[in-house]
Amino acid sequence: MRQSVLKSFVVGVCITTISIFAVVTPALAVDLTVYTAIEAEDLQKYAATFNEDHPDIHVKWVRDSTGIITAKLLAEKNNPQADVIWGLAATSLLLMKAEGMFYPYKPKGLENLDPKFYDSDPVPSWVGMDAWVAAIAYNTIEGKKNNLVAPKTWKDLTKPMYRNQVVMPNPNSSGTGFLDVSSWLQLFGEKGGWEFMDLLHKNIARYTHSGSKPAKLAAAGEIPVGVSFAFRAAKLKAAGAPLEIIIPEEGIGWDMEASAIIAGTDKLEAAKTLIDWSISKKAMEMYNSAYAVVGYKGIAKPVKFFPPETISKLIKNDFEWAANNRKRILAEWQKRYDSKSEPKKN
Amino acid sequence: MPPAPIIRPKTSKDDKLMAGFMIVIALYLVVALAFPLYAMLSKSFKTASFDLKKYEFQVNKGDGWGPVVSAFEINQTLHVLKPEDLVTSADGRLYATIFFPDFSFRSKTKYRFRQLDPNSSFIDGTRQITDNDWHTYTAKEFRRIILRPSQSIGLGNYITYFSTPALFRSIKNSLFISILTTLITVSLAFGFAYALNRSTMRFKGIFRIIAMIPILIPSLLPGIALVYLFGNQGMLKGLLFGADIYGPIGIVVGAVFFTFPHALIIITTALAISDARLYEAAISLRASAWRTFWTVTIPGARYGLISASFVVFNLVITDFGLPKVIGGQYNMLAVDIYKQVIGQQNFEMGAVVSVVLLVPAMMAFSLDRYVQKKQIAQLSSRSVPYEPKPNRRFDAICLSYCSLMGVFIVGLLLVCQYAALIKLWPYNLHLSLANYNFDVMDGGGWRAYINSIRLGLLTALVGTVVVFSGAYMVEKINGFRVLRTGFQFLAMLPMAIPGMVLGLSYIFFFNNPANPLSPIYGTMVILVVCTVTHFYTVSHLTAITALKQMDREFEAVASSLKQPFYKLLAKVTVPVCMPAILDISIYLFVNAMTTVSAVIFLYSPDTALASVAVMNMDDAGDIAPAAAMGMMIFYTNVAARLIHLFVTRGLTKRTQAWRKR
Repeated sequence: MRQSVLKSFVVGVCITTISIFAVVTPALAVDLTVYTAIEAEDLQKYAATFNEDHPDIHVKWVRDSTGIITAKLLAEKNNPQADVIWGLAATSLLLMKAEGMFYPYKPKGLENLDPKFYDSDPVPSWVGMDAWVAAIAYNTIEGKKNNLVAPKTWKDLTKPMYRNQVVMPNPNSSGTGFLDVSSWLQLFGEKGGWEFMDLLHKNIARYTHSGSKPAKLAAAGEIPVGVSFAFRAAKLKAAGAPLEIIIPEEGIGWDMEASAIIAGTDKLEAAKTLIDWSISKKAMEMYNSAYAVVGYKGIAKPVKFFPPETISKLIKNDFEWAANNRKRILAEWQKRYDSKSEPKKN
Repeated sequence: MPPAPIIRPKTSKDDKLMAGFMIVIALYLVVALAFPLYAMLSKSFKTASFDLKKYEFQVNKGDGWGPVVSAFEINQTLHVLKPEDLVTSADGRLYATIFFPDFSFRSKTKYRFRQLDPNSSFIDGTRQITDNDWHTYTAKEFRRIILRPSQSIGLGNYITYFSTPALFRSIKNSLFISILTTLITVSLAFGFAYALNRSTMRFKGIFRIIAMIPILIPSLLPGIALVYLFGNQGMLKGLLFGADIYGPIGIVVGAVFFTFPHALIIITTALAISDARLYEAAISLRASAWRTFWTVTIPGARYGLISASFVVFNLVITDFGLPKVIGGQYNMLAVDIYKQVIGQQNFEMGAVVSVVLLVPAMMAFSLDRYVQKKQIAQLSSRSVPYEPKPNRRFDAICLSYCSLMGVFIVGLLLVCQYAALIKLWPYNLHLSLANYNFDVMDGGGWRAYINSIRLGLLTALVGTVVVFSGAYMVEKINGFRVLRTGFQFLAMLPMAIPGMVLGLSYIFFFNNPANPLSPIYGTMVILVVCTVTHFYTVSHLTAITALKQMDREFEAVASSLKQPFYKLLAKVTVPVCMPAILDISIYLFVNAMTTVSAVIFLYSPDTALASVAVMNMDDAGDIAPAAAMGMMIFYTNVAARLIHLFVTRGLTKRTQAWRKR
């Protein structure tokens, strides 16, 4: 009786310790840790469709925006936590490939894919899924209120009437933002691209951290023109937002969502199964429900609320150039625009 | 006569046992605090640079291979790179062709290349090549060769930091915002505390409760409310007269909101201990009320005001959620860390900014400690507590001022709740629960919410045990002075470490395969460890204060009765200190629910947290769901507070009856 308080104290501490460890010990099923930047609302659908064919593999998602997931993967380079990457920007994958982080693997059915959609090495290190594009989301109600004309081209966005009416993602944190900047540099040339951005910068109300946010800000009327992830804009339009999705005439930047196996994973077979499935026809049709362009040859159908001219306007994107010049472009961008911390004078 | 032998108190078995316990907890603090900080500091000195002597080329223009030349030799004649171009980050890249100004990929020229650093590599297109052998390339292939930097140790990162205006300006911004907020918050809180202590206005109890609300919500929630109030589609946008809420204005208003209760607690305590005799003296000397205020009230509350200022300053300069949500393009240090690490994967630069952020935080902290040491007890046994007398006009002023502050606090909260229930602001104002469907959004869904509660409970449980045991040992042990001083220092240190810095240093320390503790990376354990450590100091001080109230004679009596210390601890000390112990656990719970900065780098898919989800949803533009989740945190904390109140009441009746006569 006398010792009971102490005893219960000790027992309590033990239980706490044990329960902490019980909480963190992984379950014994075949768990694949999959890093991804796929939109959050699609994760469950993707995993469920995959499990229809492979119920034995449980997908454990680690989802974050492109920049964050890339940072995480690079940070964990020497102590990888991921088994597979499923759905991350190809430019990010190229960075990691150059760090020797992938296990090269030629998945079954690779011949069905457009060669643009996989690594050109004999045994590819990554394979693509679909292309995602950046477009302009334009709020028609706010546009009318502010007497704006809907832009038709990228260059239109530099007109003085859009002063403080444009929002775009910060390329230093957003994959869409980097895609915009790298596509402008490819479209208008290095010099022309920066000149364009200098002018655009004057009209930018603010740079956001994520690529979806400009579309949402445009949808909410906070800022009428959002340079954004087109997929998000289409979803918002479907949800009733007064948005018009504009594909600028000069062409639009795009990046590929792609997948790879992390070198050193101890679940190689399951990882291969997932990669095989990720380029199957069934998977590609699933991607096609939201993405207009997919890697599988000849199956893509138009997507609702997506302008049909999307495919013809894709620029010829040099991923290798974009990946290898990424650091330099981002540093230059930061030097030019990120120091704008003083409140803007109109 | 030989000198008398010096009598040393013998360390008893108990003391040795207690010292053992103390060392265990001190070790915890070393592993959870000192080592990670050291890891971060050393990371900030890890530089990457292109060592041009390590790259060698040979050119064959069709007439045989020329001599081996290093990039260094080429640069000496051609000057294509300036010294500052050579400093880069671990991710730095340099095209080999820049050393060959006449390079054309159509030429027939062949190139041979090797790099000599055994720890570095180079890139052929997208492939990493790690060997140190010669490779031969055609011009077409050679244009895809990219050099990678070598790692070394030096001040390079700091030099880069201070020569990048965008980064450097953040220091100025952070200081400006923090000082301005400190001035505003402390004045407002002083007014509020003054009204509570010196007037006879009604509803004091309600005001006290309302003023504490901001403690229960994440610091970024006021930011979200401000967006709905003063954003471009805001309800009260006109009140800003065209000024932009995204920027310094928004940060300051939001920061005043979330630091207000912290300042209020300290200032109220300072005002409460004033001595009525001084006021009587002032009246009998016919001093005006104005004069009395400046010669009696303010000096009396001086230390409280200074202390409150430092606390507010520290909270603002280390806060990260608020400027992220409403800062717009106005950069602050804590956000810079996030941007460097998350946006650019530049961990070294993130570490540098962390070190920079440590400086003001550390300074404010040590100044505060210094000032507190100077404080002399104002409350003597002869003091007479001040009793405010009714004064209609003054009471009315106080009531309206407090009401105004109350409207500000409750108003922001109501705006958040309203926003969370609106379908699509501002085009569809129907009420709906759609924003609570967290599972289809970023941030981890409802599981994040469950995880947060789990983290809160675990932190409260583990933290209270660790903190209280540590405080008990350090307070009651005899001898072992060095150990005690060291322990006190470690226990005070977390107060000065911004959460962001702590989180980042945990990545460096725990996500290192060489560290035997690395398995806890990505689990709930690391979140608990980080949160307990982050909020260690205040809990420790609470425990110490409670323990100091207990006479050391208890120990003397117990040992003379030959009772071991743990029996005394279990039978007397813990029951007596129960209110303080419960206070510590509720403090830890509430903070674990609301903290963002410390855990932002450490959560994993299985351990996504509600507070982080608020930020991630806001980030993705899902502002209404972010507000919804923020309010869930608020309600949970209110519930926890109520349970705490209920339990404390019950326990007080059972264990604290002796306090009454």
